[in-house]
Amino acid sequence: MLQEESDLSLIIAQIVQKLKGSNLYSQLERQAWASLQRPEIKLESLKEDIKEFFKISGWEKKLQNAVYSELSVFPLPSHPAAPPEHLKEPLVYMRKAQGSWEKRILKSLNSMCTELSIPLARKRPVGEQKELLNKWNEMGTDEPDLSLFRPVYAPKDFLEVLINLRNPNYENSDSLSFRTHLGLIQVPLKVKDIPELKECFVELGLNIGQLGIDDSTQVPPELFENEHVRIGQKVLAEQDSAAAQQYIRQGSPTALRAELWALILNISSQPEDVLYYEQLKTNVIQHDLLVDSLIYKDVKLTASNDDYYFVFEDYLYQVLLCFSRDTSVLSHFAFNSASPPKSYIRGKLGLEEYAVFYPPNGVIPFHGFSMYVAPLCFLYHEPSKLYQIFREMYVRFFFRLHSISSHPSGIVSLCLLFETLLQTYLPQLFYHLREIGAQPLRISFKWMVRAFSGYLATDQLLLLWDRILGYNSLEILADMWCTYTYSTNVEYLL
Amino acid sequence: MPRECQRSEYHVFQPLTSSPQGYGRQDLSSENQNYKGHGLSKGKEREQRASIRFKTTLMNTLMDVLRHRPGWVEVKDWLRENFDHTYMDEHVRISHFRNHYELTRKNYMVKNLKRFRKQLEREAGKLEAAKCDFFPKTFEMPCEYHLFVEEFRKNPGITWIMKPVARSQGKGIFLFRRLKDIMDWRKDTRSSDNQKDDIPVENYVAQRYIENPYLIGGRKFDLRVYVLVMSYIPLRAWLYRDGFARFSNTRFTLNSIDDQYVHLTNVAVQKTSPDYHPKKGCKWMLQRFRQYLASKHRPEAVETLFRDIDNIFVKSLQSVQKVIISDKHCFELYGYDILIDQDLKPWLLEVNASPSLTASSQEDYELKTCLLEDTLHVVDMEARLTGREKRVGGFDLMWNDGPVSREEGAPDLSGMGNFVTNTHLGCVNDRKKQLRQLFCSLQLQKKASS
Repeated sequence: MLQEESDLSLIIAQIVQKLKGSNLYSQLERQAWASLQRPEIKLESLKEDIKEFFKISGWEKKLQNAVYSELSVFPLPSHPAAPPEHLKEPLVYMRKAQGSWEKRILKSLNSMCTELSIPLARKRPVGEQKELLNKWNEMGTDEPDLSLFRPVYAPKDFLEVLINLRNPNYENSDSLSFRTHLGLIQVPLKVKDIPELKECFVELGLNIGQLGIDDSTQVPPELFENEHVRIGQKVLAEQDSAAAQQYIRQGSPTALRAELWALILNISSQPEDVLYYEQLKTNVIQHDLLVDSLIYKDVKLTASNDDYYFVFEDYLYQVLLCFSRDTSVLSHFAFNSASPPKSYIRGKLGLEEYAVFYPPNGVIPFHGFSMYVAPLCFLYHEPSKLYQIFREMYVRFFFRLHSISSHPSGIVSLCLLFETLLQTYLPQLFYHLREIGAQPLRISFKWMVRAFSGYLATDQLLLLWDRILGYNSLEILADMWCTYTYSTNVEYLL
Repeated sequence: MPRECQRSEYHVFQPLTSSPQGYGRQDLSSENQNYKGHGLSKGKEREQRASIRFKTTLMNTLMDVLRHRPGWVEVKDWLRENFDHTYMDEHVRISHFRNHYELTRKNYMVKNLKRFRKQLEREAGKLEAAKCDFFPKTFEMPCEYHLFVEEFRKNPGITWIMKPVARSQGKGIFLFRRLKDIMDWRKDTRSSDNQKDDIPVENYVAQRYIENPYLIGGRKFDLRVYVLVMSYIPLRAWLYRDGFARFSNTRFTLNSIDDQYVHLTNVAVQKTSPDYHPKKGCKWMLQRFRQYLASKHRPEAVETLFRDIDNIFVKSLQSVQKVIISDKHCFELYGYDILIDQDLKPWLLEVNASPSLTASSQEDYELKTCLLEDTLHVVDMEARLTGREKRVGGFDLMWNDGPVSREEGAPDLSGMGNFVTNTHLGCVNDRKKQLRQLFCSLQLQKKASS
């Protein structure tokens, strides 16, 4: 009991600490000062009156949403004596594996750099800056020569690394027993089994209405859809993040989705946010990074060739180029097992004073990275809002899909969950695939790494991402694949 | 009869019946045109046919559909040429109306629509007539040149587009803002006429250019929608659920009037744009488009847009109803080109009597083959339907001498009272399932009655 209490006060202290530096805090302060003018605020009951005022004016709700947002993102505090690496990743062997993987990526990047003799970063001449500014809304029309650039890595390279992960403390004897895991992932992480999943994802049960299933043409809308839409509108009117997150577990109506996601992610387009985005845009105009070419190449290879997302090509550049310059993204590395790569000013290799993070946001894009943004273009059309939503989605969810960690939503756990479910509940399919030399994970891995973007029709994909937001977890990716397998994909695979 | 300069691809099919009559191929009289003719011949009433013969020169979607149709057999030689002057048996079907140019040539369509609008205003008032305002102000050249100049002077600075009446695939179209531009053009065409008298003067229309098109991803697009007309008197028209949005490859801006590639969304033109990458395809299926709109606008706004689009089909067909030579042998599949502006108002660009059936991608191929299959189902050479169906595959009966309503229980978001039209443009197209159910129940009915 005492432990819980002290944990709670620790959490509260952390959140208060975080919020104190935020814009919301200064806004609340200003509001409180301004409210002193109001007649209903009396000196004797100052605290209560101001609290009441906040409640009525909706500011309390905003604060609630902010707190809820922090709770969703920030991991629970661990043992007070634990070093900060443990927050990133508690298991040593995972940390080591991530570290060596990062070294490889950076080496690859540096060698490409030396081969092509292109600097990692350079300042653009004024003429070029002007040109880029003019072309900002149609960067897709540019056809730079990207033939020499290669993506730094592709999901399949990453899969090889995961397959070779081993826990040095775990006895992986050669003799087969019924405990042997026959899949590709050979680390003993705890993943949920079906009863636990059922408990966790209770709103996805058969007896509960779902959008995407129970709103099909055969089902009369009175049974589920109408009521669900009405509740959705109410949730939006209340502007309650937690309620929205609960609501969206059953799927979001198309017309409400953009607002609901913004509410859950606690994104509201304040003038400061727009200004911040404009600042990033200026950074893009002034400096050219090698990573930009990688981004261009990725967009041209993936999203531009996609039947549906080709239309949004320009938006993708506007978001991704700014993303790579956004240093606020660095804060998520506190709970990401990955660490931002460092680069040194020319000639000062090894000297810490001359080290910078490269790229500025610490995220090196891989082949298919732009597909994280593409579905969002369906919902958001204003560049700064689109940007904010993507950034939030990345620091909450997507980063876990390409870093090695033991987190239950991390890609390693997802792979293991997928293989375990398949092996346990669809054993015939699993063994058949192994027989023909097609390990199931090799097929489904790229789907999971991209969170199915580009592999599912957009309406289905958005319904899937609804659930990711609703449950604040990526486990749904592994589960969805399993249930999907049973219907159409079996023919596709076989 | 006016000339049609269009060169056509032709394909034909005809049935082999126990009686030696009934071939279908349409070829209008010698002085003029070659139509794309499809001829079909129906067997006598419910007589069981041995097979239905067909012939086509097109090696694409239509060929595939015809070859796969059970009981239809390809033939290598022809039996007749001119059907314009010959009597056609009752069981013959032809895939064009004789004077479809009343709807499909831009100058005729405009004339008919203007006339229809006036009539509607007289009969039903200004409000009803305003429903015909879905075509931008258009003037035929050169006969309406002075009227055009008057309108031009009233609206200085706006952009106009000049289109040849009878050409397709975006050929010969240009934009202008100054009278000087077309004066120059007039001089050019006139001088060339003097030299070659046997080449006819090509008619053009000058139309107000829609300067605020709806943009997606900064790109302009138009919609291609398919409407099947089985008869004009009475008017029976079906609307296909699928279709596509064709995107311009470059970003929209009014600054580059000369850049033909920006403004014209025909795939034929886009294919020659330097930006064009064949893999891109630059088309969205209508379902995707409708979903996109649904996530950006309120459901009522989207419903209203699609109601307005239905209105375009109905009014345009009604306007030529009395002019088109009614012939019970004829049916026609039209390709409507619709442009949406930023206020979510649809505009009619043109109607095509021979929409392209060439597939630009796998998805496109499926759409067109299914479209053709369902067209043949509705035409019903095999005499399977009762004639009371409201839906056949991907086609919904939109107009049957009056509006057709959806089944009970459909939500009415357009505020038109209880009536909801039986159209599902851009909606789910579970045609295979529907066809299975339809033909099963028809078979049962047949068994029950025999």
